[in-house]
Amino acid sequence: MQAAIRAVNLFKSYPGKPPVEAVRGIDLEVLEGECFGLLGPNGAGKTTTMEMLEGLLEPSSGTIEILSHHWGRDDTTIRSLIGISLQETRLSDRLTVRETVDLFRSFYPKPTSTDAAIATVSLEEKVNTYVEKLSGGQLQRLAIATAIVGDPKILFLDEPTTGLDPQSRRQLWDVIRAYQSQGRTILLTTHYMDEAERLCDRVAVVDHGKTIAIGTPSDLIRQYGGEHVVEFNTAPASPPLDIPALSQLHGVDSCRMTDAGYLLVVREPHVAISSLFEYCQQNGQSLSQLTTRQSTLEDVFIALTGRHLRDGNVSEDIKAAS
Amino acid sequence: MSRQFRESSLYQLCLSRLREFIRQPDILFWTYGFPLLMLLAMGLAFRNAEPSPLSIDVIGPRADQVAALLNQPPKLLATIADSSDWKKRLQSGKTSVVVHTSDDESRFEFWSEPTRPESQLARITVEAVLLRERTSAEALQIADERLEEIGTRYIDFFVPGMLALNLMGGGLWGVGYVIVDMRVRKLLKRLMATPMRRWHFLLSILIVRVLFSVCEVTVILCFSYFVFGVVCRGSLLELVLVMAIGGATFGGIGLLAASRVQSSQAIGGLMNLIILPMWFVGGVFFSSERFPDEIQPVLKSLPFVAMVDSLRAIMMDGESIRTLGMPIAVMCLWGSACVAIALKIFRWR
Repeated sequence: MQAAIRAVNLFKSYPGKPPVEAVRGIDLEVLEGECFGLLGPNGAGKTTTMEMLEGLLEPSSGTIEILSHHWGRDDTTIRSLIGISLQETRLSDRLTVRETVDLFRSFYPKPTSTDAAIATVSLEEKVNTYVEKLSGGQLQRLAIATAIVGDPKILFLDEPTTGLDPQSRRQLWDVIRAYQSQGRTILLTTHYMDEAERLCDRVAVVDHGKTIAIGTPSDLIRQYGGEHVVEFNTAPASPPLDIPALSQLHGVDSCRMTDAGYLLVVREPHVAISSLFEYCQQNGQSLSQLTTRQSTLEDVFIALTGRHLRDGNVSEDIKAAS
Repeated sequence: MSRQFRESSLYQLCLSRLREFIRQPDILFWTYGFPLLMLLAMGLAFRNAEPSPLSIDVIGPRADQVAALLNQPPKLLATIADSSDWKKRLQSGKTSVVVHTSDDESRFEFWSEPTRPESQLARITVEAVLLRERTSAEALQIADERLEEIGTRYIDFFVPGMLALNLMGGGLWGVGYVIVDMRVRKLLKRLMATPMRRWHFLLSILIVRVLFSVCEVTVILCFSYFVFGVVCRGSLLELVLVMAIGGATFGGIGLLAASRVQSSQAIGGLMNLIILPMWFVGGVFFSSERFPDEIQPVLKSLPFVAMVDSLRAIMMDGESIRTLGMPIAVMCLWGSACVAIALKIFRWR
């Protein structure tokens, strides 16, 4: 398959004292027809990367190729091939949904019909409503309608569901999935793990301006997160457990402390749990709140960076012991 | 209207601007209502009505006779006053002059206040009336003629200034503020991410500005014609031309002001920095020629003063545009310089 987006060794620094290095070496290859996710905490450089790919920011160094075109040479061509939804664009309050989409439609050489774009995002009932009267989810869907009305080959969505309620998020996922099933390429950023797992064929985990892992969500989980996770706690006021010892238990890959107790990354839960019981009996500890679950991208991120995805800083109580 | 035209980006951009504007009633009021209220207030306040009569207090033995003689409406209003509080009345301005009569027909004592013009005027008028009474009618013959022509009233002077204020405000806010607002909302950046042509965007703002300016100016001219009978003594076409040049000049200044500003507070401050001084030195309320001669060259090189002067020359003096080369050149120079710099430094995101 051909690459829709190819970025090699992207750097972006902003002048200042000291200069801020927002992006410090990002490599990406997004294939045609793929839904690709840029995953990372706030301030990881996702938006800066997006804006460089969208031609809104000039990289300090590195090369970008969009459907074999280059920014600086074929700007108008590229702009007519891509659709964009930025973070926090405030569309004009006193225009209706239809008028807004009509306006954006007029910029493109081969647009779809306004009605089709509005139908794709399920805003048919709101066509004559002023933008100021729309809910957050409806506004996001309108933003996507303005991005797809130009019939783009690639859709860029910067945090499309941030700040939305669960129902609006699910609605938006449906829109994105439906659009991808038409064979379009989608690049989106998110800091929601579940979103990336549900929508993306492949994800790149970005941290401190660098890609630290790329792959399908299930590959990344297998590679970095282990298959399963066992979480438990001990009785209140009991002495802390010895983490290196827990990591050595049969069937346990690694162990670390979390806000809620202890977390084991394991291959086979039944083997690991029985050796955990044995260990506790020998040490006179009693277990409480034992749960097991599948690993998620959240676990991958913590395994890779030692941090939760949603907080920007290293928490004192999270110490990787593997 | 052909479909192709309706779907063109220039048309859609203009339409969006128009819709956004007319759907905001409060902005409509400030654009149309406020100038009219101001015109009405100015027109009424400085109406060329007859001045109110000068009041005179008459005291003394022959007060009755003298008061009857002096009481000549509408110019003078003579009253027989109480002899005790006349000083207080003069001090507080309730009367303009106090006439003390005596038994001698040719002897008077005038009390006036030298610092108050109407007190002096009353004193002279009383003296003239008394003198005329004692001379023959043939001694001095005066034919009274009065100049009461449209075009010399304060409102005639004020309307061109008001037009200029409106064109300046429209250009600065209608171009400058609109652009900064779109930048603040990241809408400018969003538009830049589409294949939209940049000159379409700028042209649409200009077109919409011209449309609104035409409406605003028409409203002001019609209002002042029907309410105060203000007319344009020169060519109306030339007036329109000068207004177009002035409007475009301030549109250009607005574009420059907006070219890099990142917040609506900053652009508001910048606008006021440009507009407020013009209210004082621009010659809207009183002629800027009253300022000292030394600063006249500076004033004459300001685009706003140039616009006020040319509008006034055409409307009040009926001058031809050919005599207005200098002020028009000043406007064109400012306008084109601002646009050139703005396009060079404009921040599209």
